[in-house]
Amino acid sequence: MQDVAVETYNDKVVRQFTIATIVWGVVGMAVGLLIAAQLAWPSLNFDIPWLTYSRLRPLHTNAVIFAFGGCGLFATSYYVVQRTCQVRLFGDKAAAFTFWGWQLVIVLAAVTLPLGLTQGKEYAELIWPIDLLIAAVWVTYAVVFFGTIAKRRIRHIYVANWFFGAFILTVAVLHIVNSLAIPVSWTESYPVYSGAVDAMVQWWYGHNAVGFFLTAGFLGIMYYYVPKQAERPIYSYRLSVVHFWALISVYMWAGPHHLHYTALPDWVQSLGMVFSLILLAPSWGGMINGIMTLSGAWQKLRTDPILKFLIVSLSFYGMSTFEGPMMSIKTVNSLSHYTDWTIGHVHSGALGWVAFITIGAIYNMLPRLFGAERMYSIKAIDLHFWIATIGIVLYIAAMWIAGVMQGLMWRATNPDGTLTYTFIESLRETWPYYVTRFVGGLMFLSGMLLMAWNAWKTCASGREIPQVRVPLPAHA
Amino acid sequence: MSTSWTIFVVVLTLVNIAALLWLLFSNARARPVKPGADNTTGHVWDEDLAELNNPLPRWWLWLFILTVVFSLAYLVLYPGLGNFAGRLGWTSTAAAEQELAETNAKLESLYARFRDRPLEELAHDPAATKVGRNVFANNCAACHGSDARGAKGYPNLVDDDWLYGGEPDTMLASVLNGRHGVMPPLGATLPGNGIEEVANYVRSLSGQPHDAVLAAAGKPKFETICAACHGVDGKGNKMLGAPNLTDDIWLYGGDLATIRETIEKGRGGVMPAWEALLGRDRARLAVAWLIAQRAPAATPAPTPATPATPATPATPQDAAPAGEPATQQNAVPAATPAAGVDAAP
Repeated sequence: MQDVAVETYNDKVVRQFTIATIVWGVVGMAVGLLIAAQLAWPSLNFDIPWLTYSRLRPLHTNAVIFAFGGCGLFATSYYVVQRTCQVRLFGDKAAAFTFWGWQLVIVLAAVTLPLGLTQGKEYAELIWPIDLLIAAVWVTYAVVFFGTIAKRRIRHIYVANWFFGAFILTVAVLHIVNSLAIPVSWTESYPVYSGAVDAMVQWWYGHNAVGFFLTAGFLGIMYYYVPKQAERPIYSYRLSVVHFWALISVYMWAGPHHLHYTALPDWVQSLGMVFSLILLAPSWGGMINGIMTLSGAWQKLRTDPILKFLIVSLSFYGMSTFEGPMMSIKTVNSLSHYTDWTIGHVHSGALGWVAFITIGAIYNMLPRLFGAERMYSIKAIDLHFWIATIGIVLYIAAMWIAGVMQGLMWRATNPDGTLTYTFIESLRETWPYYVTRFVGGLMFLSGMLLMAWNAWKTCASGREIPQVRVPLPAHA
Repeated sequence: MSTSWTIFVVVLTLVNIAALLWLLFSNARARPVKPGADNTTGHVWDEDLAELNNPLPRWWLWLFILTVVFSLAYLVLYPGLGNFAGRLGWTSTAAAEQELAETNAKLESLYARFRDRPLEELAHDPAATKVGRNVFANNCAACHGSDARGAKGYPNLVDDDWLYGGEPDTMLASVLNGRHGVMPPLGATLPGNGIEEVANYVRSLSGQPHDAVLAAAGKPKFETICAACHGVDGKGNKMLGAPNLTDDIWLYGGDLATIRETIEKGRGGVMPAWEALLGRDRARLAVAWLIAQRAPAATPAPTPATPATPATPATPQDAAPAGEPATQQNAVPAATPAAGVDAAP
């Protein structure tokens, strides 16, 4: 403990990732808004191949999940692991490599996807040379994170770090296994799997990208920033233990529900469905632990817009983790699959849960990182909260209605056994909902721009970049 | 799946579920740590982070158990545990086949009514054309358009120009067995300015604006190479599906650039064979509906307000069987995007 008095936290890499989170959030959501507009007004691709829906859609999903969400996870996990282990981040250079390496991945994605270079696997579209770079960055991330855990000064590992750790380890495994491919040129490769096996590996990856990247990682954020912002202890340690182990073991099984009523064998579909149902309680464990942490401090919701972001994110988390198991039931899935209901479900999770918890964490962390007392404008945070919330509600309500309507129209039959509606008729009926979704998305993006302005003003008003000293552990 | 894989799947599944239950019950009662006076676990991180030692919420515990019980029951009844078929013996294939058989049995009486009647007669039976229209909308409209007027590369089926012949039996043969129309690429066969010359000659056949000098140079080349399929007079050959080039009706486009492209690179038009998918009954009704679209004025059934416009293709409005208002609710509206491409040559 000789250097404790002068050791500081490595907040430089946290600051870099925090700013990147905001920037990529704006970019990724702007691309999303453009393709939402293209669905309502198709001529908005201007007949330019690089701007067509088919190429921009993977750019949007990669940008919001891996650029916005990924940078948010890097920033918060580095911030949290240092403070809850009370030790400086392991490996300054390695941490810097994860930042610049990850930015390079994002830029390469933004170039290759519009050019039409893709592996064709959803959420794993990037071509093999970029996949190799991702693997290198991710392994370094694991070294930095677990290196920090290894030299921690507090014996007990805080619950947020369990989730961050599970997320980092599992995403490494998922990415490497799903991306195994034989290159035939610098831009093309063939997967080592084929047929139904390839589809199953893809959705084992795809659903665990949701489970570990977008759930476990962000639960790590929740377990630090909710009690910090509420200034209350976590509601139940035992609930954390049970729902952590249940969540990470059960998520692994749920992938087949993406392949109901396909060539996937019946028994695999059944296992996917039942484990998706069992997933309900473990998912809700996190929601309960977060929301109940506020018990005894509910009045803070009235005055603290940051807490509003955090708590409403948990409500959306609870809602979409109820909806998910429901949609995995085969009879429900036969109506919802391939409709816009799925898009609504994904966005109630992505906007309501992932984006809201990230936004709340950034508002909490940003002034501390840049030496300001608080965010430049608290009113702007409140405004951001309301614009974004109304935007999400418009978005998901439109997609729910559109999805159920499409499902019902597609299965309607005439007395002679033929289908009542052609596809184009269902598309025409969907149009007003596409416009509503566009308006919802526009509101959400406006909120992000407001946040970017607020962050800019906060950084500019900060006196001096602080060097935060590592405190002595309360319990040696 | 081999027995060892089944054992692997069963063990992995049941061990995971058993572990969940053990996790639940071992944490449901016992207190893992001795709580301090403030009911926390006694650990503190980052100055002020602590955890309360509250028990698991009861309703949540029961929700968890309920999902596990349901899942185990489901795995007993339905396939899930490897090779174990489930007590109900349910399979998705058998379920689909049974549903199909039930539906077909229910529809048998409907389709039996039309089975042995000639196509021309069915074309004048509103009950038959109503079903035929639905079959067409479900299966054929994706390429030929909901009003059957086609698109680039997909023939218009309500004009009087037929690649293979418009006799009812020929139409039915096209639907059941499919067609594969091949225009070979002739770029290498027509060196120099040959493509330009032949293209101009082709334009001249239907009286389109063309360069007379080039067309004159193209004529002998056409008669040597193209006439084998399209005929010396360019009027086509229905035996081969070679289009008539003199009527100004174009499958891929009649402008000079498109004709040049067609000659240089060739074309391959595919009509899939529908017999296995549709069956004869439905295919015949779709053809009957098409026949009815072709000549609405010739329909002997009461035709009160149908405008007699035999020279132009039928519009979607008068394409609906006259005096059959019941079809209106199923009629595909004209304002679909498919209608927009009808203007293409």
